[in-house]
Amino acid sequence: MERSARAFTHNAHKALADDVLQDNLVKLKGNFLVRRERARDSLPEFDVLRDEAKAIKDHTLAHLDLYLEAFEAQVTATGGQVHWARDAAEARAIVLEICRAEGARTVTKGKSMIAEEIALNPYLEAHGIEPVETDLGEYIIQLANEPPSHIIAPAIHKNRQQVAELFADNHAHLDGRLLDDIDDMLADARKVLRERFLKADIGITGANFMVAETGQTIIVTNEGNGDLTQLLPRVHIALASIEKAVPSLEDVTTILRVLARSATGQEMASYTTFSAGGRRDGETDGPEAFHVVIVDNGRSAMLGSEVQDMLRCIRCGCCLNACPVYGKLGGHVYGTTYSGPMGSVLSPSLFGIDEMHHLPNASTLCGRCEDVCPMRIPIPRMLRYWRERETERGLAPSTARWGLNLWSAFASRPTLYRRLMRIGVGVLGRLGRRHGGFANLPLAGGWTRAREMPAPEGQTFQDRWQRGERP
Amino acid sequence: MTGAREAVLGRVRERLARSPDDETRARRDIAERLAGQRRGTQPARIDRDRAGLETLFVEKAEAVDATVAVVKKAQDVPEAVAGYLRERNLPAEAAIAPHAALDTMPWQGSALSLSRRAARGEDAVGIAYAFAGIAETGTLMLASGPDSPATLNFLPPTHIVVLHETDLVGGYEDAWQLLRDAGRGRGLDLPRTVNLITGTSRTGDIEQTLQKGVHGPKRLHIVMVRDGS
Ligand code: SF4
Repeated sequence: MERSARAFTHNAHKALADDVLQDNLVKLKGNFLVRRERARDSLPEFDVLRDEAKAIKDHTLAHLDLYLEAFEAQVTATGGQVHWARDAAEARAIVLEICRAEGARTVTKGKSMIAEEIALNPYLEAHGIEPVETDLGEYIIQLANEPPSHIIAPAIHKNRQQVAELFADNHAHLDGRLLDDIDDMLADARKVLRERFLKADIGITGANFMVAETGQTIIVTNEGNGDLTQLLPRVHIALASIEKAVPSLEDVTTILRVLARSATGQEMASYTTFSAGGRRDGETDGPEAFHVVIVDNGRSAMLGSEVQDMLRCIRCGCCLNACPVYGKLGGHVYGTTYSGPMGSVLSPSLFGIDEMHHLPNASTLCGRCEDVCPMRIPIPRMLRYWRERETERGLAPSTARWGLNLWSAFASRPTLYRRLMRIGVGVLGRLGRRHGGFANLPLAGGWTRAREMPAPEGQTFQDRWQRGERP
Repeated sequence: MTGAREAVLGRVRERLARSPDDETRARRDIAERLAGQRRGTQPARIDRDRAGLETLFVEKAEAVDATVAVVKKAQDVPEAVAGYLRERNLPAEAAIAPHAALDTMPWQGSALSLSRRAARGEDAVGIAYAFAGIAETGTLMLASGPDSPATLNFLPPTHIVVLHETDLVGGYEDAWQLLRDAGRGRGLDLPRTVNLITGTSRTGDIEQTLQKGVHGPKRLHIVMVRDGS
């Protein structure tokens, strides 16, 4: 994907015109945010826990070297092996080396953002090792040869028809037949992936956390695919970036209490799994070897900087669900692994503002991301920070106003306009009222003005764009 | 990747730039923190007596689509399991954890055909034994070991878990404490895997429609035993 502001604007227009995507995004917002509100309301301690979770991460980051060392010592003591990677290339090479030493041909993979970040799949493929994604959403987008568009709902941009087509094209036993029932698709995927689980030589997962006290890595999932991935093959490799460290079981417990509630509105994900070391004496299942690859890839440079707070992120995806820009455009337009508000801060921080300078502008700075973030990450402040850096470097500062122009694009398209109204007065309206009014709603002025707003005068955004006017 | 470890840790240290005094304090603080089992806020909902915890556990487990049967004594477990399978027309065959607490139950009378082993791809039913139950969210804690293969929790589409009411706790922290008390909270004593299981396998990946049993179990049935034996 082309990482430029021009590509961004182009992609944004494509996304706005994509009816399927627009429908899927409306559903996403409605489901996740409403459920999150419900989960929050049923736990009176929710906000206290957010403060504590934030404090735990701040403390950990301030002592990150010591906690990483403690974690490493515990992994080793429990029979696992720790590897360190400065960057993506080193991380990939470590994984390949382990695969080669095991003579691995197929690896199954649990969902892992860091694996996406370091582009592990294409690398393994290029070296003759077949990676199979096992999270249903990840599997779907792997078949489609696309990157994820949401942290926790990677295939949110696909509808059932599109999934049916992907299965028909890729599952030989279907003989091109289209399944029309979601149940049947699921049964089909389960069958296909079951064989892959049982055949794989190595299982690769991410890690939501690394517990320094115990040397455990943790994965949080709903499907159980991550568990089969790490349980069945001979070898388990867990990839974790340095900021995933937490001090103790008690500390991670506090964070777990806000994670699933923020992500999917569940009180707890179906499976939260703590792994330490390889198979023990007398055990009849579980991998024989356990490797943890600790990856930096730009994070250490964020410590002590204006964007350090971003390292508290637990990848719940809640800010994506709350973001009006993500909600209209989906994740692909961002053009990097991490989309939405968190991605707009994290990607420039990891990959440099020169390449990522369009992202901090992909925001209305409405503050809703910060309102919902379980780790109380001041995303708007850091977006402003990156915008200032961008201006300093003379990187197309005027694109900062693209949000405004995007608005005129909404308003000039009757279907989108209607949808916008529907969201405006529906879901977000309800949320807005609970928060005590529209004032802290995304695009607040815009939404309310939109209600009496007459059809926009004259030309559309595209007209102007095509004439060569640049926002 | 020799040198990567030092490079990463070195960069982290450089960015954190602690003074020598801070360094001494930092090391002391984290040693304390790692030893101290310092608890954060626990939800008030777990502040109740044993009967209250049982009610909460059942309510929360059922809210995530698990079913719960309460039996008076360990002797009643086999019939409860057999009855559950019979009522749903499920096979009377299962892989069962080779666990001492399950071994003493009278399975012979239940007409179930059991194999004491880890689960395989084709098993329809897996029977496991919970290390603890966590009332806060209706969560089961399973600790892997020779007598508790973790595959039982994920491969068979029907997952049956036997839980003693005496192993029921309020919050997750209490469960960690149980694990530590059992000598299994540290070092090599730590189970290879601790599985916190809350309901059945689920996905919303196709059109946000909740689907159960995508890779892991479709059904989770908990048999809670009251007698503490
Ligand atoms: S920034 Fe906050 S809301 Fe967004 S994914 Fe990270 S933790 Fe979740």
